Amino acid sequence: MLIPLMLLTPLAFGLLLLLPAPALDDRNNTRMIALIGALATFVVSLRAAFTFDWSDTAAFQFVGSVNWVEAFGLTFSYGADSISLWLVLLTTFLTPLVVLGSFTALQGDVAGRHREFFMWLMVLEAAMIGTFIATDIIFFYICFEFTLVPMYFLIGIFGSMQRLRAARVFFLYTFTGSMLTFAGLLYVAWFAAQLNNGVWSFAIADLYAAARQMSPTQQGWVLATLLAGFAVKVPIFPVHTWLPLAHTEAPTAGSVILAGVLLKLGTYGLLRFALPMVPEAVVTFAPYIGVVAVIGILYTALICWVQKDIKKLIAYSSVSHLGFCVLGLFALNMMGVGGSILYMINHGLSTGALFLCVGMIYERFHTREMRQLNGLARAMPIWAFFMIFFCFASVALPGLNGFVSEFLTLIGAFNATQVLGPSYAVPAAFGMIFGAIYILYMAGKVVWGPLKVPTESHGEHDEDHAHGHEQVSDLNIREIATLVPLAAACLVLGFYPTPMLRSLEQPIDALTAPVRQTLAARAADPQPLHVEAPGFDTASLGVTASLEASR
Amino acid sequence: MMERITTLWPEIVVLIGACASMLLGLSPSVITRRATPWVVGITLVIAGIVTLGWPAGAVLGPMVDYVKLAVIGVGLLLLAVVAGVPDQLRAVIETDERQIAGRGFEPANTLRGEFYAFFLFSVAGVMITAGARDLVWLFLALELTSLPGYIMVATSRDRIQAQEAAVKYFFLGAMAAAVFLYGFTLIYGATGTTEFTGIRDAIVAQYTDTGSLHPLLIAGFALAIVGIAFKIAAAPMHGYVADVYQGANVAVSAFLAFVPKTSGFVALILLLGLIPNDIFASQQLPPALFWLIWIMAAATMTIGNVLGVLQNNIKRLLAYSSVAHSGYMLVPLIAGAVPTSGEPGGGGAAVLFYLVAYGLATLGAFAVLGCLQQRGEEAQTFSDISGLARRHPMLGAVLLLSVLSLIGLPPMVGFVGKVYLFKTAYDGTGGATAAIVLVVIAVINSAISAVYYLRIAAASFFGDGREAAQPIAAPARLTGAAIAAVVALILGLSASHLVDAARAAGYAARPPLARDTTPPVDMSKLITAPADEPR
Repeated sequence: MLIPLMLLTPLAFGLLLLLPAPALDDRNNTRMIALIGALATFVVSLRAAFTFDWSDTAAFQFVGSVNWVEAFGLTFSYGADSISLWLVLLTTFLTPLVVLGSFTALQGDVAGRHREFFMWLMVLEAAMIGTFIATDIIFFYICFEFTLVPMYFLIGIFGSMQRLRAARVFFLYTFTGSMLTFAGLLYVAWFAAQLNNGVWSFAIADLYAAARQMSPTQQGWVLATLLAGFAVKVPIFPVHTWLPLAHTEAPTAGSVILAGVLLKLGTYGLLRFALPMVPEAVVTFAPYIGVVAVIGILYTALICWVQKDIKKLIAYSSVSHLGFCVLGLFALNMMGVGGSILYMINHGLSTGALFLCVGMIYERFHTREMRQLNGLARAMPIWAFFMIFFCFASVALPGLNGFVSEFLTLIGAFNATQVLGPSYAVPAAFGMIFGAIYILYMAGKVVWGPLKVPTESHGEHDEDHAHGHEQVSDLNIREIATLVPLAAACLVLGFYPTPMLRSLEQPIDALTAPVRQTLAARAADPQPLHVEAPGFDTASLGVTASLEASR
Repeated sequence: MMERITTLWPEIVVLIGACASMLLGLSPSVITRRATPWVVGITLVIAGIVTLGWPAGAVLGPMVDYVKLAVIGVGLLLLAVVAGVPDQLRAVIETDERQIAGRGFEPANTLRGEFYAFFLFSVAGVMITAGARDLVWLFLALELTSLPGYIMVATSRDRIQAQEAAVKYFFLGAMAAAVFLYGFTLIYGATGTTEFTGIRDAIVAQYTDTGSLHPLLIAGFALAIVGIAFKIAAAPMHGYVADVYQGANVAVSAFLAFVPKTSGFVALILLLGLIPNDIFASQQLPPALFWLIWIMAAATMTIGNVLGVLQNNIKRLLAYSSVAHSGYMLVPLIAGAVPTSGEPGGGGAAVLFYLVAYGLATLGAFAVLGCLQQRGEEAQTFSDISGLARRHPMLGAVLLLSVLSLIGLPPMVGFVGKVYLFKTAYDGTGGATAAIVLVVIAVINSAISAVYYLRIAAASFFGDGREAAQPIAAPARLTGAAIAAVVALILGLSASHLVDAARAAGYAARPPLARDTTPPVDMSKLITAPADEPR
């Protein structure tokens, strides 16, 4: 019952906000209800984490099923393995923080529309959780697709200047891709039904087995349709162009959720569907996807360097970071995939936090232009501390969370000589350096140097922050409370990711088994994945030896 | 013969109701005249009860009952939407006012009776279409559906555009009727009978004897399909749609988008059911018809969606959306209405399901427009609905749900409909490349359609509402729209019953032969061994 509860709690609180009760017109009540709803969901997910059987993490637990359209074999069936559970925890962890961070975000024209705002946030949370826990492919698709609607309204109503265009581009771009995925998934289900005497099933487990029997050509086309939807969502390099616009125009809450969770739906989809369903095609096309990922890493890192808008810079950095994620995924080995999943979580934490930091600046000064902001550390030391902290987390400073995952994806790619290899990992590693350059360049401009804040516009929209040039208010308790949990999570995952990595081994092993078989069949070498970089003691980097041994 | 009549009780009820409302509409008492829509509503409810109580399925197969119940159910909502259309006509208002002022009654100027009676006649036409077992019967039933539509369009508004629309609709409709009648004649020429059973037997015999079908027969089917394309607003007969929907009262447009389309698709399913595609090695339609429907489907949805994107008038936009949805519904029919492999019920069932899904969604969208007025005219531009959701959350929510269902976004019923359509297209054709390409064209079209549906949602939610239209007091219309939207959501979340019903109905779309006594109900048998069914 934990999973339905996890899905229904945010939905119920979202609908509660729509009730025609005058008390809900008060901003304080609305945001408290949203916060309670988000926290309640978090508590439920924590409860799930504590009752989860961590010794058998590959098996789906808390499984259940509600019949939907029996004639088609459509069900709402759910369950969670450790990958799902970690991503659900990321979602339920971020949402209360986003709600807390958005207490004063609605200003100007939309100040009165807080009910809608928090309602859409809650609905979005339910949809995101649904995506991760679905074990029926159409249930997954429903939630995947439905995330577009709340996000569309969050951007379109509450975004900044070009919000209409951003909302439209975001929706249409991702919708077009995912419609092709829809055709592909239906095709796989049809294929499975053929093998099963015409009995249809959309259960992911059934489709895994059936899809592997497709011919390489069929697998290739199915991979193409999967990529059409998921690559847009990630986004992988040539189809990333919707992201900077959507991120920049979205309200802070939207950006955090978008970067924190929604982008992961793409990588999660690739991991959950592409790898186990169409291993032949994945192995064949992994090198090409790797090329695109590396181009994405380097190209968008260079774009970041020339940005003038902080938010846009972080948005582009997401594309670059997710390039690592995809690279690790298509390394197809334990380290690469494990690093990639870890990266999904870490990127959600650190980039989400960066967007929150930028949002706090935007609430105060109504600008995100780097040339209008300078030396904020002098006026806002607490903010500067967090900003620098999350910048470091984002550029993968050892000791913070980004490092472990970035390193693992690179090592994974380096070792995956059969599909990627050093010629991919080495250029990608330059992405780390570029990352450090553009983030520190931005931090140097905005955080240090002589104090400079825009004088004309700040403070006039919000009485809470009425202040002059000299008295820029630093973070208040609420804002600090928003950032501290994120910082703590970054530290914990930076120093001690072992439990999480260990819990991921079994499901990764299960998900990559078909790919390994394909690789083994293709190579004369019986153990193609065991190409160790000489002299590398991964255990000392906080990566368990069992990670290696488990293969 | 008596058996045949017993299947017609619901139609008889509806026709009696139509006559009654025609008389009531001429009543000298204003109050009685205004009560006419209630009579129509009661008639539909009784017809529904009769359909449930005395199902025709045993004689004619469950498709008849499915179509009757669907058209009665959606018809009740449509009635809520069109009720009040005559009350806005100048002639009707003046007549009522004259009479209330004591200056006598002019029966010639009150249009309520005709309007509501024609509504019922048209509904009866759809019901009779479903029961057709003969080409002549089918032709008459199709015309019974269409003819009242022409008059409803003409009398729905005081503006000259309405008459213009009606004339266009009438002449093109007459031409389409000629086309499909010609097709029917050729089918008759090739098989020597107008009776469905005979036609099917003749086709089987022809194919077994010669190994192919007579070109005359193929030409007959092709012409019939193209003619019926007019009823369903599919290419190449889609030209009238935008002008007619724009000219008619918006409530009547909602009616046009559902009722004639339903009769057209039912006729198409019956006709395609005449070709027992299981006799062919490929288990598909003859190539000529396969490609005809393939091209029609691809062209219809592409034309509908591309032209839809270009529209600035929401009525025209919804008209092209109606065209596009016909294109989607043609997709599973490439495999014939009743493929013998795979999905029981086949394309026919998917279409029957989608008709309801589409009917509910489009009804909601049109009805919301009907609830608004801009300077005495009905709302039809994007600026008219700008900011709607903020000023009238109820209308905004209904519009949003309708639009989401039209896009085919989960969890609305439109999504289940699309799953059904595309899955059947794969299933019926055995995953033929042509079918896959068509499905891909369809999903790309869905993406294109999102462009203009989102414009509606964006105008309603993001617009500033500076030149927005004002809502009118139309409680019935609003209720009808709200029910349609809520049902579209509920059916999306629990589609199982409707799918089962559509499945059984679609299976029985194959004309039940006099010689074919097996009751086609046992679904489990159908799934495992559909080819064993005796023919």
